[in-house]
Amino acid sequence: MTRPIIEMKNVAKSFGLFQALHSIDLSVREGEIVVIIGPSGSGKSTLIRCINQLEEHNGGTIIVDGMEVGRGRKRAVLTEVGMVFQSFNLFPHMTVLRNVALGPVRVRGLSWVAAEERAERLLARVGLADQAAKYPAQLSGGQQQRVGIARALAMEPKVLLFDEPTSALDPEMVGEVLDVMQQLAKTGVTMVVVTHEMGFARKVADRVVFMDGGRIVEEGPPDEIFNTPRDPRLRSFLQAVLSH
Amino acid sequence: MVTNAEALSVMSIFDTFLNWKVFVQTLPLLLSGLTTTLTLGVTAIVLGFIGGLVLALVRLYAKTPLRQVAVAYIDVFRSIPILVLLVVIYYALPFVGLRLSSFGAAASALSLVSAAYSAEIFRAGIEAVPKGQFEAAHALGLSPWRLMSDVVLPQALRIVIPPITSNSINVMKDTALASVVAMPDLLKQATQAQALAANPTPLISAAIIYILILMPLVRLVGVFEKRLAVRGR
Repeated sequence: MTRPIIEMKNVAKSFGLFQALHSIDLSVREGEIVVIIGPSGSGKSTLIRCINQLEEHNGGTIIVDGMEVGRGRKRAVLTEVGMVFQSFNLFPHMTVLRNVALGPVRVRGLSWVAAEERAERLLARVGLADQAAKYPAQLSGGQQQRVGIARALAMEPKVLLFDEPTSALDPEMVGEVLDVMQQLAKTGVTMVVVTHEMGFARKVADRVVFMDGGRIVEEGPPDEIFNTPRDPRLRSFLQAVLSH
Repeated sequence: MVTNAEALSVMSIFDTFLNWKVFVQTLPLLLSGLTTTLTLGVTAIVLGFIGGLVLALVRLYAKTPLRQVAVAYIDVFRSIPILVLLVVIYYALPFVGLRLSSFGAAASALSLVSAAYSAEIFRAGIEAVPKGQFEAAHALGLSPWRLMSDVVLPQALRIVIPPITSNSINVMKDTALASVVAMPDLLKQATQAQALAANPTPLISAAIIYILILMPLVRLVGVFEKRLAVRGR
């Protein structure tokens, strides 16, 4: 249970002259729910995008499931990492069912029949069994994001990354997505979640990581982070987001 | 009030440019020309489409030397007048032992140029697919080939339907240049029939046939564009 599934050591990332990440050390154990919070531009998204190599880090090492990733290495291990995007990024020319079944067929080698069976099961799990034949554009934002979660789950990944999954949603749809994520957290899936939803962080996280200026400033169990924050930057951040 | 002289001159305009008898006599010749024109056009459109897609992918994703070859190809063949290329292929290549039929020469010239234009259209279409689509495909672990065939190209092709249709219309019109290398296409047959009948009716008829064939396609481009605009992406 305590084996680290993600290990980041001294990871750095820069975009030209702008350094987005400074010497990040972070390890995530199997089954752990880690929530990353912090102000906009603090490097949260960049951090998880480095984990599945949507951004290539340019310093330090990232080990996923025992294998180093990035810098010219093969992407194979990254099929063990699922990702849910802020803007859903569903494939608009495929039905919802196809969206979910595509990965298992093309990457895991399942037959379409088996993959669609799995997709139906997962869509039912996120409460969308009756929407399978529709196209993404026919769904609400919240429904689309739940399809996004089902699509990531269909690959049976060892880790699920969430990049601000509720930030593009209308307020009334945030709840349905968070509910699905909370359900998921109970099933023992490893999750790394970047979010502005402090309620979710407090309730679901095993550990909260606070980032600012491309560094991890403070981390700990939600109780500590929210009730006894030590760093002044974390204190002023919490004051700003919790004051209203 | 219409004078006799005026009535006569109206009659003679019809006799000259739309002479029914000449039209009926030369129609079989024109239709055989039309068949050649359509065969040539469709061949060039299909080859240009395939070549353009390959060129666009090479230009976007191949390693440097190969990519530069694609860029050079696209630039050169978008700069050269088709007529010049056609004459070079038909009259100059035989000196190095490459002797093409007039159909072969015309199909090559049209395809080579159409591929260059299509490549730019496909590139724009692929680049118009949102970045998030590529990222989602990467995150699933799709291979580069699957990323293209399953995710990117189906979306890019929809985007490029109007400009590709436009390009196809241009190719169809440019087939008329083949008459220069003695290819018996619609225009060539019409000029021949005109000489035989000593009457320009076949030329007028050919012009009308071109318009009848191509105008629906021109309208279709407008329909596609409107539909794409309504549906958005």
